[in-house]
Amino acid sequence: MSLDFSINFAGKEKNKLDSNTLYDILIIGGGPAGLNAALYSKRKGHNIGIITKNVGGQVIDTSVVENYLGYSSISGENLMKQFESHVKELDLPILEGPSVKRLRLADDSQTKEIVLDDDSVYKAKSVIIATGSKPKKLGVPGEDQFAGNGVAYCAICDGPLFTGLDVVVAGGGNSAIEAAIDLAKIANTVTVVHRSQLRADKILVDRINQLDNVEIKLNTQILKVLGDKSVNSINVLDKSTNEEYTIETRGVFVEIGYLPTNEPFKNTVKLNDKEEIIVDKYGETNVKGIFAAGDTTDTPYKQIIISAADGAKCALSANEYLNIL
Amino acid sequence: MSFLNDEVKGQLKGIFEKMNNEVTLALFTKEGPCETCPETQSYLEEVVSTTDKLSLKLYDLNTDKELAEKYEVSHVPSIVVLDKDKEYRGIKFVGIPAGHEINSLVNTLLSVSGSGSPLSKELEERVAKVDKPVNIKVFVTLSCPHCPGAVEKAHLLALENPNISAEMVEAQTFAALSDQFNVSSVPKIVINDEFEFVGNQPLEVFMDTIEKA
Repeated sequence: MSLDFSINFAGKEKNKLDSNTLYDILIIGGGPAGLNAALYSKRKGHNIGIITKNVGGQVIDTSVVENYLGYSSISGENLMKQFESHVKELDLPILEGPSVKRLRLADDSQTKEIVLDDDSVYKAKSVIIATGSKPKKLGVPGEDQFAGNGVAYCAICDGPLFTGLDVVVAGGGNSAIEAAIDLAKIANTVTVVHRSQLRADKILVDRINQLDNVEIKLNTQILKVLGDKSVNSINVLDKSTNEEYTIETRGVFVEIGYLPTNEPFKNTVKLNDKEEIIVDKYGETNVKGIFAAGDTTDTPYKQIIISAADGAKCALSANEYLNIL
Repeated sequence: MSFLNDEVKGQLKGIFEKMNNEVTLALFTKEGPCETCPETQSYLEEVVSTTDKLSLKLYDLNTDKELAEKYEVSHVPSIVVLDKDKEYRGIKFVGIPAGHEINSLVNTLLSVSGSGSPLSKELEERVAKVDKPVNIKVFVTLSCPHCPGAVEKAHLLALENPNISAEMVEAQTFAALSDQFNVSSVPKIVINDEFEFVGNQPLEVFMDTIEKA
């Protein structure tokens, strides 16, 4: 049994976020963007805090990260632990658990107020939104009906439940190919179905091509997820021949990218048509003193290292904003 | 084989210092085939060895039948968590809480020892109103980062109200049970063997489902 015994218990509640303090910078989100923003702003000497649903963000669902400089191969979870322990050395308040309901400007139209789902309010002169994204859905009939009954969005969580079975991975990017490589170790067969050509890194494609229980169907669109109590097949369309056929499968792992999570902010800052927060080259939104970093923004290329860099940029921009305030 | 390296043991030592009271783990195994019983026992022995606030009691499902009935144990291995007065508080782990589940084990032990964080007033009142037996099963895999959160919440509810019992179920070891409840995504929460939802949802969602049941 190979198990990762990493304990998520780093001095919770030692340093509490205070609703009576006007913080210099409050950061919403605890993924790579939020944590790096915290690192940079704290080092500038600002009074800051983090509000996040969970420290680590979506990276903890990634089994292996091989493209973060300095780590040739590390689990997503351990990479985030490194980030987290680095940030926690700086002794700053992290409020973990609650969701943000809304971000609003106070009556002075300068102070930013973050309202949580329990209606508590935290105040800051400047805010960095780093709330990341959530898995995108296929949007086909049967997907919602069988979500949790064969349709899955976390390969490392649910993979073990498909030991010895036939599964499908939907998608053609790095996440999809990584999930397929992982699943191939435990499933009987893995069929990767993607509507166009693979976008994954060549190094991953080379690796998956060596596996003999993986089949890749390109230019193929999933039309429908079928089953009774749980999934038993999918209907697909081969776009090059215009032929429809059925693939028998017990599991459909959806890995087709991510949608930004910024619902609580959409009335405060401008979004583009992909629902990403629009930021300028300094990471600032259309509202002075509100910055946004990482996957929730219109930054091209959603990558861990790009999110982390975005966080740094926002922290430095917030620093300048505070200096002239 | 050792489950925990020195680093993790050191972490556990530090965390268990926060325990307010002693807690007992009652492990039920049985004679005969039980693939994961020996490893669960060695794992718990290692965990317990990191603090004198924890003790481990070993029982056999068949020979300690009365106790098994009292604690509602029907599968092995099962771990029953007993408070400082050795009272059953409706809290169990069915299968080994290893891998990611070490987090739910640790946090549940802290809660049972009386050093957990309290519920909000509003939730406390909702939980207190539950006046019929409620059983919560939380199906997990050991590689699931979101699962311990759901297990901790279920255990917290059990601790709050004697009408509620809550158990983690390790889905791979108990494949038949997982099949019965059609588990293919985790964490999957099943209430009174009938009402279910998937994911580490807020406590409010647990309560909504419990009130429906």
